[in-house]
Amino acid sequence: MPSESGALVARHVLEFPGGYTRTTGPVIGRFLTELRAGRIVGVRTAEGTVLVPPLEYDPATGDAVTSEYVEVGPAGTVTASAWVHEPRPGHPLDRPFAWATIKLDGADTSLVHAVDAGNPKALAPGTRVWPVWRQARDGQITDISHFAPEVTKIVSQVRAEYRLQAGGALGVFLEGVGRGVFIGGSCATCGQVYVPLRGSCPECGTVITEQVELPDTGTITTFAINNLPDPRAPEVPFVSAYILLDGSDSPLIALVGGVPAHEVRQGMRVRAEWIPREEWTPSMANVRWFAPTGEPDVEL
Amino acid sequence: MRDVAIVAFAQTRHTDHDTGLSEAEMILPVINEVKERTGLQRFGFTCSGSCDYLAGAPFSFVSALDAVGAWPPISESHVEMDGAWALYEAWVRLQHGDIDSALVYGFGKSSLGDLRTITTLQLDPYYLAPLGLDQLSVAALQAAAAGVDRAELDEIVRRSRADGRGNPYALDLPEEVPDGFAVEPLKTADIAPITDGAAAVVLATGDLATRLCPNPAYIRGIAHRIEPHYLGMRDLARSTSAAEAARAAGVGKGAVEVAELHTQFAHEEPILRRALELPGDTVINPSGGPLAANPVMATGLIRIGEAARRIHDGTASRTVGHAASGPCLQHNLVAVLEA
Repeated sequence: MPSESGALVARHVLEFPGGYTRTTGPVIGRFLTELRAGRIVGVRTAEGTVLVPPLEYDPATGDAVTSEYVEVGPAGTVTASAWVHEPRPGHPLDRPFAWATIKLDGADTSLVHAVDAGNPKALAPGTRVWPVWRQARDGQITDISHFAPEVTKIVSQVRAEYRLQAGGALGVFLEGVGRGVFIGGSCATCGQVYVPLRGSCPECGTVITEQVELPDTGTITTFAINNLPDPRAPEVPFVSAYILLDGSDSPLIALVGGVPAHEVRQGMRVRAEWIPREEWTPSMANVRWFAPTGEPDVEL
Repeated sequence: MRDVAIVAFAQTRHTDHDTGLSEAEMILPVINEVKERTGLQRFGFTCSGSCDYLAGAPFSFVSALDAVGAWPPISESHVEMDGAWALYEAWVRLQHGDIDSALVYGFGKSSLGDLRTITTLQLDPYYLAPLGLDQLSVAALQAAAAGVDRAELDEIVRRSRADGRGNPYALDLPEEVPDGFAVEPLKTADIAPITDGAAAVVLATGDLATRLCPNPAYIRGIAHRIEPHYLGMRDLARSTSAAEAARAAGVGKGAVEVAELHTQFAHEEPILRRALELPGDTVINPSGGPLAANPVMATGLIRIGEAARRIHDGTASRTVGHAASGPCLQHNLVAVLEA
């Protein structure tokens, strides 16, 4: 058929539909039968070495091998490896993997197979690897799905639940947030204004009795760009910042939004963005985040 | 042993794509070229090397015989191997003593399919082929085992491409070498290019050789050796079979001015250089070698032809041609040529 360039081109496929049937002979057949049962065996040569996978004749001497089969491995040591960055359709794994020659424990020769090693640097000669077996085995070299390095780490799940109650100063602060105001406290001795409200001055220890209402505007003193997801943030990356509310001496930690993360800066003026009033509860969730006011930056 | 000489060598201007010519059409000009050069129209023996899997057609070499002219019937044979092994068979046939000339040719169009996976079909069907091990994957395993210095490999690639650009028959591969791994540690530039092409050689004995060629390249030694197929049963860092073939062919019995090595991957050059015990002043692959043109099934024969050409043109008096076959240099043939 003519191609785009006008050349006469045809597709041609060479194939044995359903596959080509091969007999295994007794030696290879024994190896594949043991594989199906989840064992790897080698065959002992007349010289006493163990060939894995077994051959009918010793390649070193040409002599027939003995009828002694030896279970080897299942672990082995990598002698050489090559990294496949882009697996092809016929390959054992569909993600990047290594080919390796693997000297199984008890064998005198190396087995060639795939290793799921994670990255190309992970499989230096000498690395110990173990077979990963296929669930349904039918007596083929691919009954071993692949090999994998030794287990050196696990992932631990950590989770505990608590019930927190806001009494005291925090309760007063959150009650204020529930009405749309930030309540702080002014120290009668040193004059410092703290928000949220505290029971005592962390600097001089004086009991704080004077409550002050602070505006919802302030200045970013420092911030962090977070790349790990957090249930309290709408998306990744998000910015959490120290915000010094106007009239306060101690910063509040809150999210910054309404601005690309890379544009957030120290000295930036921000204002709380409240969720709709009908959704307010005595909780900081009332404040979606602080967003830039557009005023000029403040010298800190 | 009868003295057998290479008296003519011709090759196609190899291409990196399928020109649409049939194999017979591709071979015809080189057959005619060696016929013209020798003046011979008939040969005591004809032998070719090719691989049916390249074109995906059984007995494709039979149709290629159209290029030779097989009537009245000729004495002909074929190897499903590189043409270098066809040359070996012809050399053996000439030792019988009853004929004094032979035509040898090799050809292949590796552009027709995916050579990387077609070569999987040459692997042991029980232990290797089911894993889908392809040509580049097995080569990368050998490259890893050999652990050749990257700077040395880069220099081999650079030199091969430069020499290839100076060889009108090889491909014009750019000076700028692409970076990136094919299968790590094998880089894309370390791999011989996909190439279509053919080559032909005429062998002659005794007086006929000197009548046909002013400077016959005498085959003073030729041998091939093979080692276990299974990669895990050999030391991939070296080539034992190439070393034994070189010893049997007598490579070390004299100086070697030029060696044409069948290096389909850059790392094979230092492995072979060590195996053949080539001294530092031997010029390797002045044609550019397979890294500059790799018409599979003719590449090995071309190595012997290029080694002969140096003797034909009087620029060398003792050269070596090498051919390889199978995964990771499993099978090696070495020919020592002298003026």
